[in-house]
Amino acid sequence: MKELRLMKGNEALAEAAIRAGADAYFGYPITPQSEVIEYLMRENPVDRTGMQVLQAESEVAAINMVYGAAGCGKRAITSSSSPGISLKMEGISYLAGAELPCVIVNVVRAGPGLGTIQPSQSDYFQAVKGGGHGDYKLIVLAPATVQESVDFVRLAFDLAFKYRNPVMILSDGIIGQMMEKVELFEQQPRIAEAEEWATVGKKPGKDSVIVTSLQLQSEEQEKVNLRLQAKYREVEKNEVRFETYQCEDAEYLFVAFGSCARITRKAMEMARNKGIRVGLMRPQTLYPFPAEELHRLAGQVRGILTVEMNAGQMVEDVRLAVNGVTGVGHFGRFGGMIPSPDEILNALEKQFIGG
Amino acid sequence: MAEKDIINPENLVYEKTKVMTDKVLHYCPGCGHGTAHRLLADVIDELGIQGYTIGVAPVGCSVLAYYYFDVDMQEAAHGRAPAVATGIKRVLPEKYVFTYQGDGDLAAIGTAETIHACNRGENILMVFINNGIYGMTGGQMAPTTLPGMKSSTSPRGRDVRTMGNPLKMTELVAQLEGTYYVTRQSVHTPANARKAKRALKKALEYQKLNKGTCFVEIVSNCPSGWKMTPVESNKWMEEHMFPFYPLGDIKVPEK
Amino acid sequence: MARKGDVVIEIEKCKGCEVCLSACPNQVLALSNEVNSKGYHYAVKVNAECIGCANCAIVCPDAVITVYREKK
Repeated sequence: MKELRLMKGNEALAEAAIRAGADAYFGYPITPQSEVIEYLMRENPVDRTGMQVLQAESEVAAINMVYGAAGCGKRAITSSSSPGISLKMEGISYLAGAELPCVIVNVVRAGPGLGTIQPSQSDYFQAVKGGGHGDYKLIVLAPATVQESVDFVRLAFDLAFKYRNPVMILSDGIIGQMMEKVELFEQQPRIAEAEEWATVGKKPGKDSVIVTSLQLQSEEQEKVNLRLQAKYREVEKNEVRFETYQCEDAEYLFVAFGSCARITRKAMEMARNKGIRVGLMRPQTLYPFPAEELHRLAGQVRGILTVEMNAGQMVEDVRLAVNGVTGVGHFGRFGGMIPSPDEILNALEKQFIGG
Repeated sequence: MAEKDIINPENLVYEKTKVMTDKVLHYCPGCGHGTAHRLLADVIDELGIQGYTIGVAPVGCSVLAYYYFDVDMQEAAHGRAPAVATGIKRVLPEKYVFTYQGDGDLAAIGTAETIHACNRGENILMVFINNGIYGMTGGQMAPTTLPGMKSSTSPRGRDVRTMGNPLKMTELVAQLEGTYYVTRQSVHTPANARKAKRALKKALEYQKLNKGTCFVEIVSNCPSGWKMTPVESNKWMEEHMFPFYPLGDIKVPEK
Repeated sequence: MARKGDVVIEIEKCKGCEVCLSACPNQVLALSNEVNSKGYHYAVKVNAECIGCANCAIVCPDAVITVYREKK
């Protein structure tokens, strides 16, 4: 039965993990996402669904526990925030290389280094361009609401198993910490049958199952790389998700994701009140990026302003998609500072309208 | 009596277990890895748990351990085998889970994972091959390299004042509440190999009882890294490694 | 008198490490003069004193020795 609740983003996400039929959560506390593991430890899902929850000794250990559980064909999830995600990057590369499904949540805070605990979107590059070593891609979902923090957990597991690929939910300190009304989906069953690629014990008459990302022969490694690339092309073809607002008559276009898209939407309304016809595109998947739709929209507008809580990261993907059809600018606040709708509107006027 | 009469299936007393594949081991001649692999495979065979065992391979010389063990296996990142094994055991608690790691993997880069898995008392078997050197990368110093011992990164011998002291990981984990059975063995003579096999068997039998981590160190040789013949390396191991890493049980279950 | 035994050595997989030689109580094994296709001198039987104790097999790093012992 569907259920309405007022919940904090991190806690709603944790509840969604239980309801999505997750088999295991492995994590390590870090602000601003510690509520995920705190909620799970309070909730003790082993009694509800049998889901295991373990506080690891480090983010490094946690992601490798995810690897172990994922290698057994189980639904495993971990969460952290930026510095902790950097620690996980080694394991994430191995997960991508071994083609193991899992869900990694990054409730982004500002960096570099220890940075601040305030919200940011400065891990965009790390999330969508690989992050760890080697040619690989994560499927990256960017929730803008607590509701999407819930819905994307289930979607993330579905995509992870559909493509045997790690999926990252790129949230941020705003989405993680704020409370909103949320509709929880019904409890999904945990996986009963192991997939044939899972290590659950060698079956009589069958070859033993090996989970590895190691190929010593270059010819074999290249085959792996080509297979991964083919998979990523499929993901790009099938899994692009985005929302557009008032783009039909737009002369200018904002592009923003996550919490920043909410603020940008307000700036869009303010612009329209002033008679400037602005639309907004909000990518929900950062990889695969909605390049095709963006390119189409670029043909109808006089300029595009990318709004991000970073120094200009998604704007590079926007420029690649637009490919010179129209001008692309960037406006960002960073270091944990959150742009105001006024600032965003001012930036649009300054960069494109000459106000 | 003609020899042919002796060589027949009825008289078979020892053959390579089917829990090992037929692949030719890539290890150098005389390397203890092969013996340790086979003894563990023997035990898995004797306990009848081939279909219920999941192994975790390390990074190091035994990175390809999954070529040789005919059980389901996962390849871990360097040092992370105990965390990977934790993930496996937590979702499949009824299965037998082991890690097989060298001294660099278990006692250097993976020290945190080793200690915390042992401290949590994960119900896994950790097999620790200690030959005091990094074999795969070409003979560099290990955390377990003896004082004064030469390696390619301690060419004048390990100077403990600047390079630190050899780490007795096995004594260290024996201190932790979570470990149930901790022992140090070798596989270079028939008597030692048989003892090591009994230790591995006990460890897997204990795993069924969910008593905690079982940790079996095997002090081993590295003929190539030590630049000796296999026979010389085994003698050197007895004379130099065993005094520092004495063989025997370090922690045994209370009766 | 001890029961008689015998060994079968998979010479193509033998790496000639000699660990089995000293494990044998009756000096049954020695290295061949010939080499296998990998270039290793391999272990061979040089007398008929094998008692099937399996000492050689249990220390063989490459699992190339199969041991038989007559039943009594």
